[in-house]
Amino acid sequence: MQDTNFVPMLVAVPLLGAFLIPLLSKLWKGFADLVGNLVGVILLGFAIYGVVTLSTGTPGIVYKMGGWLPPVGITLVYDSLAALVVLVINLVALPALLFSTRYLDPYTGRWKYYTLFMLLLAGLNGIAISGDMFNMFVFIEISAVASYALVAFGTGAEELEAGFKYMVMGEVGGLSLLFAIAMLYAKTSTLNMADMSQALASMGHTPFFWFVLATLLVGFAIKMAMVPFHSWLPDAHLSAPAPVSAMLSGVFVKVLGIYAMARVVFNVFGLSRPTAPGFFNMLVGFGLVSILVGGLLAINQKNYKRLLAYSTVSQIGYILLGFGIGNYWGVVGALFHVIGHAATKGLLFLASRSIERATGSRELGEIGGLEKSMPVTAWSYILGTMSLAGAPPFAGFISKLLIILGAVASKMYWLAIVAALFSTVTLGYLVRVISKVFIGRKDVVPTPAAESPPMILLALIMLVAIALVFGVAFQPVLDNIVQPAAEALFGGLAYARLVLGG
Amino acid sequence: MVPFLACVLLFLFGLYAVLLKRNIIKIIIGFSIMEYAVNLFFAFAGFKRGALAPIITEVGVVKDFVDPLPQALVLTSIVIALATTALMLAMAMRIYEKYKTFDITEIRRLKG
Repeated sequence: MQDTNFVPMLVAVPLLGAFLIPLLSKLWKGFADLVGNLVGVILLGFAIYGVVTLSTGTPGIVYKMGGWLPPVGITLVYDSLAALVVLVINLVALPALLFSTRYLDPYTGRWKYYTLFMLLLAGLNGIAISGDMFNMFVFIEISAVASYALVAFGTGAEELEAGFKYMVMGEVGGLSLLFAIAMLYAKTSTLNMADMSQALASMGHTPFFWFVLATLLVGFAIKMAMVPFHSWLPDAHLSAPAPVSAMLSGVFVKVLGIYAMARVVFNVFGLSRPTAPGFFNMLVGFGLVSILVGGLLAINQKNYKRLLAYSTVSQIGYILLGFGIGNYWGVVGALFHVIGHAATKGLLFLASRSIERATGSRELGEIGGLEKSMPVTAWSYILGTMSLAGAPPFAGFISKLLIILGAVASKMYWLAIVAALFSTVTLGYLVRVISKVFIGRKDVVPTPAAESPPMILLALIMLVAIALVFGVAFQPVLDNIVQPAAEALFGGLAYARLVLGG
Repeated sequence: MVPFLACVLLFLFGLYAVLLKRNIIKIIIGFSIMEYAVNLFFAFAGFKRGALAPIITEVGVVKDFVDPLPQALVLTSIVIALATTALMLAMAMRIYEKYKTFDITEIRRLKG
């Protein structure tokens, strides 16, 4: 019997942080930085501890809140998929928090920022470990409301506009999720995901089943910024503080959109490619559209943060494509891309902010030749680009290779070709940024800039290291983290046995 | 069945306001209507005609009672709705300070 008490701590620790920060930062200004980063370190420790615990062969930890047995009480389920997602959240959160310490220098209200950030973390971790539909919805709303406020944190005209736009779309998504959960409860009389999956399995694929799933998917699609619901994302990423952009793009869209969708589709509704080929073809279609639209819109952007935002839409498309292919390698690739993209996109957003901080501009034409004056930022940006575009030995290479392998294994050769082709589009728009911003040419006068402070560089180097380590040591990562997570998804209704039978 | 369809209709009315109205305050009212619709739907899901409140009395075991869980869930979702409405209204106030208008067609500085 292993120690299971760390599971609720994933939510409780950031909530405690959110409580302490406003209370005590009246006494000492630096308290917010200290507690925020301390929570980040503790959560990363828990996440790694969890992965190590599960790698010994335990299928998952089921924590019963307050000792109430499922299906009556709320259960927290820390299986291998949840372990992967919690690891991703906290791997990106810690560098983002480190970056925040210096990002907030020109702003007042440091404690407000950290309080919201802690709530965001509590919500994200809660979504990953929740085993109860309504509880998951509550955590989705906690993290979503915190993120709306964080996007508008600057309270300038643009930030407020982006925040309101984001909030309108996000809330439509949230309400359609709640509506779907109400319908599910009306039909199955339970909220526990495991219990619900058994009730749905005995019900069969009725029109009601598909209607509820469609309503849920509208909610998830808005949260993951899938085309055609992507319009909030570029504005929100542009206006949000850089560490929040990194969290939104790297983690938020994946946990609220991809993870929640995968959990519901595979484990609650019990679908898989053989049982519902039409549904998975639809995912492939949406994935392809997202890849194409996001990639093509990214090419012509003048603003380098907006370019990265459209790139996120495109990369989310790759993840959807992997899930849609639906065979073993496709799903493994998609999950690997969740990790790889989180680290690299977080890195690129933070590096963009370093550039903006040094030069005061977000436009591509206005700056140039920064390689000499900001070598660390330049090189971390270049390495991040290589990872995102799928160059070995980075994480992005492994994940795209796996997705393409999955397409080939399912005999969908044209999909493999399109995926590989659009990988070069990714490279194209990112190389454009590098050549304009960093590479010094004779006709370009280097923009005067100074290298960022050490705390920011530390955050960048951490993320480069994550992308590199996950790429080089992909075999242990696959064996211990990604493949068990994919098996948890393919297990389908085995999830119910884990929760109810354990 | 009729109450459920009425809830769906109410939800669609709210969605109409959110998607097609130009005034920010009307959009926020649209959200309130949508939240009402979902909460009502939840409450109907637990309702049973002629049943009693789910309170354990000493007189005897109540056999026929209304499902109390949706009511608890509705309470939670009302609290969430409160938070989102408050945040939206706060943002609307700040937007009005910056742009001097509530018309979303005139609040367009972000492009691309």
